[in-house]
Amino acid sequence: MIDPALLYGLTGAAVVGLGLYGFLSLRHLLRRVLAFNVVGSGIFLMFGAAGYRGAVAEGTAGADPVPQALIITGIVVALAATALAVGLILAHARATGRRTLPEDDT
Amino acid sequence: MLLDVILCGMILAVALAAVSGLGVFRAVVFFVVHGVLVSMAWLRLDAVDVALAEAAIGAGLTGVLLLSAVARLERLAGGGAWRQRVNVLPAGLAAAGVTGALMWAFLGLPQPAGLGAEVAAALPRAGVENPVTAVLLNFRGWDTLLESVVLLAALVGVWALTADDDWGARAGVAQHAAPGGVLEGFGRVLPPLGLMVGVYLVWAGAAGPGGAFQGGTVLAAVALLLAMAGLAPAPRVGAPALRLALVAGPAVFLGVGVAGLAWGGFLRLPPDIAKPLILTIEAALTLSIAVTLALLVLGRPEPGDGA
Repeated sequence: MIDPALLYGLTGAAVVGLGLYGFLSLRHLLRRVLAFNVVGSGIFLMFGAAGYRGAVAEGTAGADPVPQALIITGIVVALAATALAVGLILAHARATGRRTLPEDDT
Repeated sequence: MLLDVILCGMILAVALAAVSGLGVFRAVVFFVVHGVLVSMAWLRLDAVDVALAEAAIGAGLTGVLLLSAVARLERLAGGGAWRQRVNVLPAGLAAAGVTGALMWAFLGLPQPAGLGAEVAAALPRAGVENPVTAVLLNFRGWDTLLESVVLLAALVGVWALTADDDWGARAGVAQHAAPGGVLEGFGRVLPPLGLMVGVYLVWAGAAGPGGAFQGGTVLAAVALLLAMAGLAPAPRVGAPALRLALVAGPAVFLGVGVAGLAWGGFLRLPPDIAKPLILTIEAALTLSIAVTLALLVLGRPEPGDGA
């Protein structure tokens, strides 16, 4: 019998890896931003699973509220950063007509 | 337990699809599905507030933002055959290494003590019954205050990319929905429902799952739907009322925080009047969050770049 928190924590670690792979290998800038969001969601999942484990160990009802509050803050900040990144990508595309960075063309 | 295993498998499969060789449009669709599945994982981890935030912000608003960006980008820089990927092998190795290290670290974590008991002990003095709302607006008010400023800073960044000639125009691109189409139909049916759900989430957030961020996001979605269906034009950037709505939340929060100096410290809330203070902050914060998020998703004004 596996502890569910452990299962979600390890899933989170694997999601981080998948996102990182996309972030490093994809050239399309929007897909990179998307992959970075996948990394973020994996980190939140690991953090939340660790908080859940702590709450279970303590025997308190419900998951630990402090990690929950921090994760909600993180989700909102991730959206703000994504919106800024998308704005920069669109401005870059408008200026150069490209959807990739020149460094990746080698 | 079986449900957890299936859910984790689906999360991984969908995350893989989101970074795999499919087109950018499909990748965004898989990312939205990923967000919905992860929010189900949050429910399994007893984190209902996070599940709401993930579904509304992580899956919903991020999805809309990326989908509209795909369309805008294809118009600006579409066409042509090109290589999708670079450095596949090093990227794969690096990702596998990081995953292995993270799993090893997670397995080696000492049993965390958690802060649940401390929060539960302090909750009677917090003014609200939902421990997550208590942490967000009372115990760790600093985080939330600065977070609302981060939102504002991101919007300033997006607007700073506006072309000189476009400044003062309506936010985002000009939207045209087919009259009588699906989008226009939903644009008329959903907003009343969305307004009710959004305000309810803020109000209920004091005692149960919900809060200013979740409710504000639903309200932002209502505004976006109206703008995208062409039923209500997006506001002009720089309109004084709009700017007031943007800064209302951080300003009220900061004001209450400074008033707390008379009580014992910055951002300290006296237990007797903590509830009305928190509700006041949440009301102003909800307005600002809703307006800021909607404008972040609409993007900089581009009146010449109609959809």
